[in-house]
Amino acid sequence: MNEVCFKNLDKKKCYSLKVYEQSGGYSIWRKILKGELTPEEIIDELKASGLRGRGGAGFPTGLKWSFMPRNASMQKYVVCNSDEGEPGTCKDRDILRYNPHAVIEGMAIGGFVMNASVGYNYIRGEFMEPFKRFEGALKEVYKAGLLGKNIGASGVSFDLHTHLGAGAYICGEETALLESIEGKKGQPRFKPPFPANVGLFGQPTTINNTESFASVPEILSQGGQWFADIGVENSGGCKLFSVTGHVQKPSNFEVPMGIPFKDLLEMAGGIKKGRKLKAVIPGGSSTPVLTAEVAMEMTMDYDGIEKAGSMLGAGSVIVMDDSTCMVATLTRLAHFYYDESCGQCTPCREGTGWLYRVLKRIMDGDGKADDIDLLLGVSDKIMGNTICALGDAAAMPVESFLRNFRPEFEYYIKHGKSMVKG
Amino acid sequence: MISNQAKKQIDVWVAKYPIGRQSSAVMEALKIVQAENENRLSADIIQAVADYLDMPSIAAQEVATFYENYNHKSVGKHTIRICHNISCMLNGADDLVKYLEKKLGVKTGKVTKNGLVNVKKVECLGACVGAPMFQIGEQYYENLTKQKIDEIVDNLK
Ligand SMILES: Cc1cc2nc3c(=O)[nH]c(=O)nc-3n(C[C@H](O)[C@H](O)[C@H](O)COP(=O)(O)O)c2cc1C
Ligand code: SF4
Ligand code: FES
Repeated sequence: MNEVCFKNLDKKKCYSLKVYEQSGGYSIWRKILKGELTPEEIIDELKASGLRGRGGAGFPTGLKWSFMPRNASMQKYVVCNSDEGEPGTCKDRDILRYNPHAVIEGMAIGGFVMNASVGYNYIRGEFMEPFKRFEGALKEVYKAGLLGKNIGASGVSFDLHTHLGAGAYICGEETALLESIEGKKGQPRFKPPFPANVGLFGQPTTINNTESFASVPEILSQGGQWFADIGVENSGGCKLFSVTGHVQKPSNFEVPMGIPFKDLLEMAGGIKKGRKLKAVIPGGSSTPVLTAEVAMEMTMDYDGIEKAGSMLGAGSVIVMDDSTCMVATLTRLAHFYYDESCGQCTPCREGTGWLYRVLKRIMDGDGKADDIDLLLGVSDKIMGNTICALGDAAAMPVESFLRNFRPEFEYYIKHGKSMVKG
Repeated sequence: MISNQAKKQIDVWVAKYPIGRQSSAVMEALKIVQAENENRLSADIIQAVADYLDMPSIAAQEVATFYENYNHKSVGKHTIRICHNISCMLNGADDLVKYLEKKLGVKTGKVTKNGLVNVKKVECLGACVGAPMFQIGEQYYENLTKQKIDEIVDNLK
């Protein structure tokens, strides 16, 4: 436990440059500055590590970095996604607060590999404490002469800046995030072109999640194989899981991929007293909900969660006990997506509104017998028909809540009240 | 319209972006002027920011209305931004919203008569392990109970 991003968590002032360097921090960056590492070697290690993007989509990081046209002469950028806003997700906040230097070093390494001399860390606007920590860490590294132009006459340049959000979940979508850094509304772009070709300010850009960047220095220090061996096949390394909801001790846990869900639940102190596990959303609000029976058999890795019928997403494990009304819970999520849809595509803009209004009507006791079919029909029309994945994210919970807990919805429609006594 | 102090703060942000890309700083610029203007924006202020950053005022307006952190009407001195999303809801956020409404004698979205506080329900603030939670100003308050809320809210000045 706590081997990578949370390595120094129990040390005093774990966020300081001193503590970071005492535990081997910036040794990879210093090697790079001395010309002892090539971009190809780094990409090979990352590929061997099996590190997959921690922002939700799980795309292999080494492969992503290899897509950048590193030899093209134009300005390129690396961007870190610290917009963390997926309901149930709260790990990047702790990485920024407790290990900002790992993010900085990871981004700098990325800058070197992709030949991008400038980076931006997009931090959600509400994260003022993490923002200040990160800014403090930046000051320390600049003072130590580890960032800037032609650093220590190495020929390597890397400047890193922060950009703050202003309250919009959609800016976590990588192209909306780029629009936002450009000082625009956060509306996702059509792809292609992909950011690796046309990204920030029209230049080639690679975007990674905070946890992805923060994992890179330790992977390169200990070796790709070391990291891969911590996890299981197809899911290298360890991962931060935010375990929240009806557990005794909600917390972020950095644990090996492949750990059984039931062990993770136990680490979080188990279900609240006198209650029974009812449902689990394993990867953040956008991933399908699972029943207790299925969850208790599941292992926490990409394939294990997929086999159980959901997705690892951002590793945000939302635990619900038998006091939970699934109708009320889904209604809250539907409201969220309706609120956060950027409004660009009709199926998402209209569909999320429909989903919310129909669920609200059920909650208000005005549900109609065919409302369940209506909900399924609307989510089906959203799925796969939108510019960005928010549409799917809004549709997937609906489908899975109805599939797994349909009788609760039927009861609510028939009786105008919840069948769950809270 | 924009104080020199604010201009200085805005310039720090402008310097982060490539030459000619100063409009990237519009999000922070709007926050900075909003803070100087009783926590709200007006058409004139948005125009002033647009002028200062040499960008079309419609573009600044779009930003000011797209993002949630900008206010276009009076919000009082403090906004209690209480998360009502899933992890907080599972931990009693709805009860706490009601408690706050009763305690302060206002519905969410309205400002108390003395102009001091307004309560706003917001989406996940990325602190779900500390649910239920709210934010006042820059500060997060986690693992809230009614008693804790009393202590925090009674001390707002
Ligand atoms: C609606 C929406 C919200 C997202 N929010 C985030 C987020 O807050 N943080 C994040 O890292 N990725 C988020 N993503 C995923 C990003 O688009 C992108 O895949 C990710 O940042 C890439 O980094 P990775 O490869 O390291 O995971 C979101 C995607 C969508 C569609
Ligand atoms: S799917 Fe929704 S959030 Fe995404 S671009 Fe379309 S309207 Fe905007
Ligand atoms: S759900 Fe309330 S902070 Fe995340």
